[in-house]
Amino acid sequence: METTTMAKPENIGAAAQARQSTDTFPKLLQEHARVRGDRPAMREKDLGIWQTWTWREIAAEVQALACGFAALGLARGDRVAIIGDNRPRLYWTIAAAQCLGAIPLPMYQDSVAEEMVFVLQDAGVKLAVVEDQEQVDKLLEIHDRLPNLEHVVYDDPRGMRHYNQPFLHAAAEVLGSGRIYHDEHPEFFQGQVDGGKGEDLAIMLYTSGTTGNPKGVAHTYNSMIITARNSVQMEGLTDQMEGLTDQEEVLAYLPMAWVGDNLFSYAQSMVAGFCVSCPESSETVMTDMREIGPTYYFAPPRVYENLLTQVTIRMEDASPIKRWMFNYFMDHAKKVGVKIVDKQPVPFMDWLGYQLGNFLVYGPIKNVLGFSRIKLAYTAGEAIGPELFDFYRALNINIKQLYGSTEAYVMVCVQPNGQVKPDTVGTPVPGVEVKIDDNGEVIFKGPGVFHSYWNRPDATAETMTPDGWVLTGDAGFFDDDGHLKIIDRAKDVGKFIDGSMFAPKYIENKLKFFPYIKEVVAFGDKRENACAFINIDLSAVGSWAEKRGLAYTGYTDLAGQDAVYELIRECVEKVNADLAADPRLGNSQIKRFLILHKELDADDGELTRTRKVRRRFIADKYGVLIDALYADVNHCLIETQVKFEDGRVGMVRADLKIAEAKRYPRIAQSAA
Amino acid sequence: MNPNRKIGDVILKAENISMSFGGVKALTNISLEVREHEVLSIIGPNGAGKSSMLNVINGVYHPQEGKVTYKGRTRDKMEPHLAAKQGIARTFQNIALFKGMSVLDNIMTGRNLKMHTNFLQQAWYWGRTQREEIKNRKVVEEIIDFLEIQHVRKTPVGRLPYGLQKRVELGRALAAEPTLLLLDEPMAGMNVEEKQDMCRFILDVNDEFGTTIVLIEHDMGVVMDISDRVVVLDYGKKIGDGIPEEVRQNPAVIAAYLGTSH
Repeated sequence: METTTMAKPENIGAAAQARQSTDTFPKLLQEHARVRGDRPAMREKDLGIWQTWTWREIAAEVQALACGFAALGLARGDRVAIIGDNRPRLYWTIAAAQCLGAIPLPMYQDSVAEEMVFVLQDAGVKLAVVEDQEQVDKLLEIHDRLPNLEHVVYDDPRGMRHYNQPFLHAAAEVLGSGRIYHDEHPEFFQGQVDGGKGEDLAIMLYTSGTTGNPKGVAHTYNSMIITARNSVQMEGLTDQMEGLTDQEEVLAYLPMAWVGDNLFSYAQSMVAGFCVSCPESSETVMTDMREIGPTYYFAPPRVYENLLTQVTIRMEDASPIKRWMFNYFMDHAKKVGVKIVDKQPVPFMDWLGYQLGNFLVYGPIKNVLGFSRIKLAYTAGEAIGPELFDFYRALNINIKQLYGSTEAYVMVCVQPNGQVKPDTVGTPVPGVEVKIDDNGEVIFKGPGVFHSYWNRPDATAETMTPDGWVLTGDAGFFDDDGHLKIIDRAKDVGKFIDGSMFAPKYIENKLKFFPYIKEVVAFGDKRENACAFINIDLSAVGSWAEKRGLAYTGYTDLAGQDAVYELIRECVEKVNADLAADPRLGNSQIKRFLILHKELDADDGELTRTRKVRRRFIADKYGVLIDALYADVNHCLIETQVKFEDGRVGMVRADLKIAEAKRYPRIAQSAA
Repeated sequence: MNPNRKIGDVILKAENISMSFGGVKALTNISLEVREHEVLSIIGPNGAGKSSMLNVINGVYHPQEGKVTYKGRTRDKMEPHLAAKQGIARTFQNIALFKGMSVLDNIMTGRNLKMHTNFLQQAWYWGRTQREEIKNRKVVEEIIDFLEIQHVRKTPVGRLPYGLQKRVELGRALAAEPTLLLLDEPMAGMNVEEKQDMCRFILDVNDEFGTTIVLIEHDMGVVMDISDRVVVLDYGKKIGDGIPEEVRQNPAVIAAYLGTSH
């Protein structure tokens, strides 16, 4: 029953008494140090060996760090920027800033200096805590434009020996001065912690901003802690799982600036008391995953996709016996796996086969992927392909989609256990109400709703109604089972000349489910039909080409080959056949497409840092190509600027072919 | 360039080196000095004698004439193993790693001179050998961390891309904790990004450990950017020696090398 997964708002408020002492993260941290002081709270791999900190140790580190920041002049209400990969000290910085009542502001570590200026200025950041020399260099580059920035603290001293700017401090130095400060002012720290209240601002997260400047989403402790607590309990309300406990293991590998990481690696850990591990480097995540064996995991669909692609590619190189075993048992899992996972009855022989497969294939695959102990895996951000989804579910991995936003502190909808459908994002989480407004836009209300946009009362008023409903900007509807289905961004949904609906994301996602296609941008608003730009997936198409003996030198060369165009055309036509059956989207079939000569890249401004397509920017930049798609030509010359990782700029020139795809008669229409 | 780094006294001095292979005169009467903590580049067109000069310094070749003074001691014949013992390490133009061994093991081989247990102790392992292994493994892990190759720690070297293999080779040379590091075309065949990484590592090594570096390189941009001094060879003769600016303006150098396209 649905009511079993819905906690009533009164229930959430019932335990308020018990929580009086833990209404902020610093108080929660002290609580953990008391209750489970010797349990691991955080791990990091250093020199190839996992180092562990217990809750008690972390509480002590955070205290020293906070006092060190206080010695540098950080005070209640100040903003602290945090820039770097997932490092324990950077997470402690969040807690330390919160101890003092300052507002931590994690930023994307791969942004170039110019992109950081706006956020640092907008938030009036006073203290920046960064990972290493690379980030320090960026801040020095823009330092003269940041009058509010008083101090920069760096974690890793490597290469920093000769920097003598007086405002630069090593983290070790700050910790040292913090301990001295605490000795001199023994009452200070606890006073600051006790002075924090649930309604204080606890964090600021800048939205990546597909249009315009990013906005700082400010959350209070209440919205974060209640959301984290609800989501932790929610997963425990069904009979088959005990929920998230302090025994969970989580790998913190997604950008700290992203709200999801803040919830999964910080807030939930602080609420449930589980251990968070930081990978050795961003390249070692696969190995670290395997070594840690997380029990709870979040990844955007593309990570699951990459894992599956890797498994597939490696199986193609395996010996014939292994390959046969893999194919045989994977087929079996696809047939009965999902049923067995959902505890539906299956014939005994099928069950036996699945157990054998588990021993021979599924178990070993999960072990290689680091999924052996997984209890719960979330995915969100983009639509996930049904095949991909079923692959993991068939392996008995409880993967579920969730729907959320920075403004909701992630949680809006989650697929309930046992009711997982690939094409929906599930039902509203406890305490959250979701409605579709008159324009077809999804709106929600709940405890996790953000406080405001920093310095932007106008934008806050635009997004949040006076009675607390938040506009998501997504178009969607509830299906017959009460599950929410998201179609596209409301502002991106357009109309063809004949008046039928054009939902670009819907088409793009369908295409992106093919392993050969990495990125798609569809056009069609106020046009007669749909056309698309396509990015091929270099590793998948590359290995496809190798098997056929096709020589290629790189992305541009491969993307331009006729055989590759044929391959992609097949994919497009399959999607067209699929779309033809949909009564509302039949006209969205793709008429003409081209394969872009370069991969869309966040460094060129074509994608956001979270890899979402910036539609308007692309439409401007590649206007020539769009015109060519709708003109009567079969190729088009284009010259574009690309930015290399070192910041230099170069030109890429290419003559792109334009291909036609077969469109199918609209089945639904002819039937009607 | 970092102004705080102190360039010290002459650490290595080659005087009037001449060397020929049969009728080919590889090096003719070449003298050069290497000062402590500096980055010295040797440049010159193909066949100018650059690699021969490195081979003379670490004792692979024995010149017919001239002598090499290293750390105040002059030897008639430097031998590679003696050079290694005295703190000279090098990398090679063609990568010379053990392809089937992991990155970790390859770098570990660079610690060979620092290990003192014998064959029997190693066969037994526990006790002294184990302690020695742990101590050396720590140094190797620090190098892996320094060179940012954690993600390939256990990957066989043969499966790595070229740029990474070069980095591993640098790691193996560093494992010997050298005072003088000879790099033979460390950036050959690399793309711009890999070159930048390599430059950064070379400068970091020089900066963090104070290692003196002699390198051979073709990429003039790189050479002019990272060197304290540049020595120019042409047909086995030295035609230039000085700070990058001077060398850039030396007419003989321009004629021989910089002015011609290659």
